Amino acid sequence: MSAFDVMSDTELYQPVTVEDAVVLASRLAENAWLVAGGQDTYGWLKDRAKNTQAMIELSRIPELSGIKRSASGIEIGATTTLTEIANSKLIQQLIPLLGEAAQHVASPQIRNVGSIAGNIAQDTRCWYYRRGLSCYRAGGNLCYADTPEGMNREHCLFGASRCVAVSPSDTAPALVALGATIVIADSSGNHTIAAEDFFVGPDIDITRMNILKPGQIIVSIHIPADPEINVRHYFEKVADRNVWDFALVNIAVSLEMQAGKITKARFVCAGVDCKPYRLKEVERYCENKAAGSETAEGAARLAAKGAVPLNHNHFKIALMQNLVRRALRG
Amino acid sequence: MNAKLTRRRFIKGVIASSVAAVSSGSALYVNAASGAVHLGIVERLITLTVNGRKRRVDVLPQEMLADTLRKRLGLTGTKISCNRGECGACTVLIDDLAYYACSTLTHSVSAKNIRTVEGLQAADGTLHPLQQAFIEELSPQCGFCTPGQLMSAVALLQSSPKPTRQEARQALSGNLCRCGAYEQYLNGVMRASGQKRQTGKTGL
Repeated sequence: MSAFDVMSDTELYQPVTVEDAVVLASRLAENAWLVAGGQDTYGWLKDRAKNTQAMIELSRIPELSGIKRSASGIEIGATTTLTEIANSKLIQQLIPLLGEAAQHVASPQIRNVGSIAGNIAQDTRCWYYRRGLSCYRAGGNLCYADTPEGMNREHCLFGASRCVAVSPSDTAPALVALGATIVIADSSGNHTIAAEDFFVGPDIDITRMNILKPGQIIVSIHIPADPEINVRHYFEKVADRNVWDFALVNIAVSLEMQAGKITKARFVCAGVDCKPYRLKEVERYCENKAAGSETAEGAARLAAKGAVPLNHNHFKIALMQNLVRRALRG
Repeated sequence: MNAKLTRRRFIKGVIASSVAAVSSGSALYVNAASGAVHLGIVERLITLTVNGRKRRVDVLPQEMLADTLRKRLGLTGTKISCNRGECGACTVLIDDLAYYACSTLTHSVSAKNIRTVEGLQAADGTLHPLQQAFIEELSPQCGFCTPGQLMSAVALLQSSPKPTRQEARQALSGNLCRCGAYEQYLNGVMRASGQKRQTGKTGL
């Protein structure tokens, strides 16, 4: 792969209203690339691994940014930066899980520009794919990671279907654990979808990580929050380096507690599947049990049930088990 | 060697003359897009506010801020190293927040205040307290990452004038130093904020 200093020629659009952005996105369709913080975009374009004729920059649209209290919880604009989310008093108070997840993304400079929508809609980091190789995901007929020589230490345990790439986001598992919904705008209006259904695996569509089609824009994210309910949360990210690195495995846990017992549990990991992976067996096991080391041991045994490791990623099974154990020991 | 013609001045001269060549060439630039959509398309000639001064500059739609600063405005204090937002050498302040200039579209910050390492020293040449502290603590080793480390440290001290060493470590965590002079940079930040070193804790 040859390295380039600059991106190739593109047009740049800077709409200032959502309506204009939607008109542009639907007219330009697959010829345009949506940019908010751009931290996932510029690498693709500089490397010439992907190209686009035009960029639509969304950071000038005021209505896409900001954190508001809504009737049922919190509403976060799509281009709100990860730093704003991590520092928001409202989020620290009502949904600290998301604040912690945002705080663990990349580096301070990237969090200062990186948006929440960009973080959940980012592409996978599989280096064979990022290098511009013609793999299944890029329209070819081979997976370079899942071969006897393939370097797949960072790849998936679950949900492989020709492609073995993983979802690298830190905020996506937190949003799924919190039961968030995502509002998407296109030329036919606004659509709301549960965060869990926003992500798609390679069995559904191998060329995309989520349901966003050309012409569609994430407008906002709604997170239900009821201060009356006692919720315990846990977030931990394991990566080779504390800064920049994507998670090998991360876990976002939300436990609704009543009289010392877990009434509703959500355990979500990223880095193990092409989409945020819900540990449903662990969730069922935890219900009506007290959080503590006894429950933690039982839940840990179920954490990686059904995992199909590749040559170099068996360690992720132990990681998942330990993360579940630590989440419940708390 | 002629004292007035240092290596730095010579390189700056070459850059300035090529800027002139580029700008005159780009007047002939023809928009090659289909022309079907004109909604919100950017003007190439924009005014940037850099270190408090307004600068008119002709910027390509896909141009990165680090390129604009170095190649069009001659502000070569901002270094380009990885050019992928993975090292921090190009860190600048945009409305007092640290950004990677190599991964920021110039057009996206055209309405904001840009501050580079050249804007740190006072008009009379007095160094910024952080620059002075970095010198006194021998913070830089080879010095290539220093402009970026400075800008991250300036951003920190603006929002939190008396940071703990741990807070400083986190604020500077987006800047790589291949010489490994991290502790010396932290010593510099602690000195500039008028505090003791508070050594002993490591890790983020």
